[in-house]
Amino acid sequence: MNQAVENALPELVELRIPSRAEWVALARLAAATVANRLRFSIEEIEDVKLAVAEACTAVIQHEGHGEFIVLTCEALEDALRVRVRDSGRHGVHAAEQPRMNFEEARIAGLGIFLIRTLMDEVSYDVHPQHGTDLLMVKRLSGS
Amino acid sequence: MDIKVNVREAPGDCYVVDLSGEIDVYTSPKVKDAIGNLIDRGVYHLVINLEKVRYIDSTGLGVLIGGLKRVREHGGSVNLVCTNPQIKKIFDITGLVKIFGIFDSEDSAMKALV
Repeated sequence: MNQAVENALPELVELRIPSRAEWVALARLAAATVANRLRFSIEEIEDVKLAVAEACTAVIQHEGHGEFIVLTCEALEDALRVRVRDSGRHGVHAAEQPRMNFEEARIAGLGIFLIRTLMDEVSYDVHPQHGTDLLMVKRLSGS
Repeated sequence: MDIKVNVREAPGDCYVVDLSGEIDVYTSPKVKDAIGNLIDRGVYHLVINLEKVRYIDSTGLGVLIGGLKRVREHGGSVNLVCTNPQIKKIFDITGLVKIFGIFDSEDSAMKALV
């Protein structure tokens, strides 16, 4: 990390996108750009991209998702903290999705599995009436 | 963001699907359609070439799994060509390396078709 970036930390970037498939690429690009400000390897940046995309995809594929997804990326000195929020009525947890068929639920489960595997910390709150708030942390290697 | 799909016939009642670009929730329906159309026409032996794919997520994996499931119902198979380490890693951590034949070249993927 160069000195100018190090001095600027923490930095916070927030992006609000429509809850539609065509906007997921922008969310993962934004997350990758913030991750690139830290000392993450290319492979780790790819991990972040995929985790963010899976989180957004989980929101979009749920019945009753909100109109927007809010992505917040916070570059800390030793980690990247990412939040994905929506204002829908259902959560990101595949098991709580009542209208998914078996195949869709299996794929959604794969997405959640990828998020948990690729990120160092994952937690989420599901509010039946106020949407989902997913928090993910990727720590810099060695921290 | 885009995905390019090219379908071509290969020797031995086999087809190759060349994919190029990014496979995600937005682009995966196009891939699903291409694979589905082939299976609907009775093509059950496929090589899907991912060499030019820069990114794939769970929806893309789901399309490949769905295709494999359909061809297996007819005794067919799907082999993948994949050289991108990041994409290989996703197949590895999801355990899909155990259900797909994954090869470094189209030639070896073709030869290994059941």
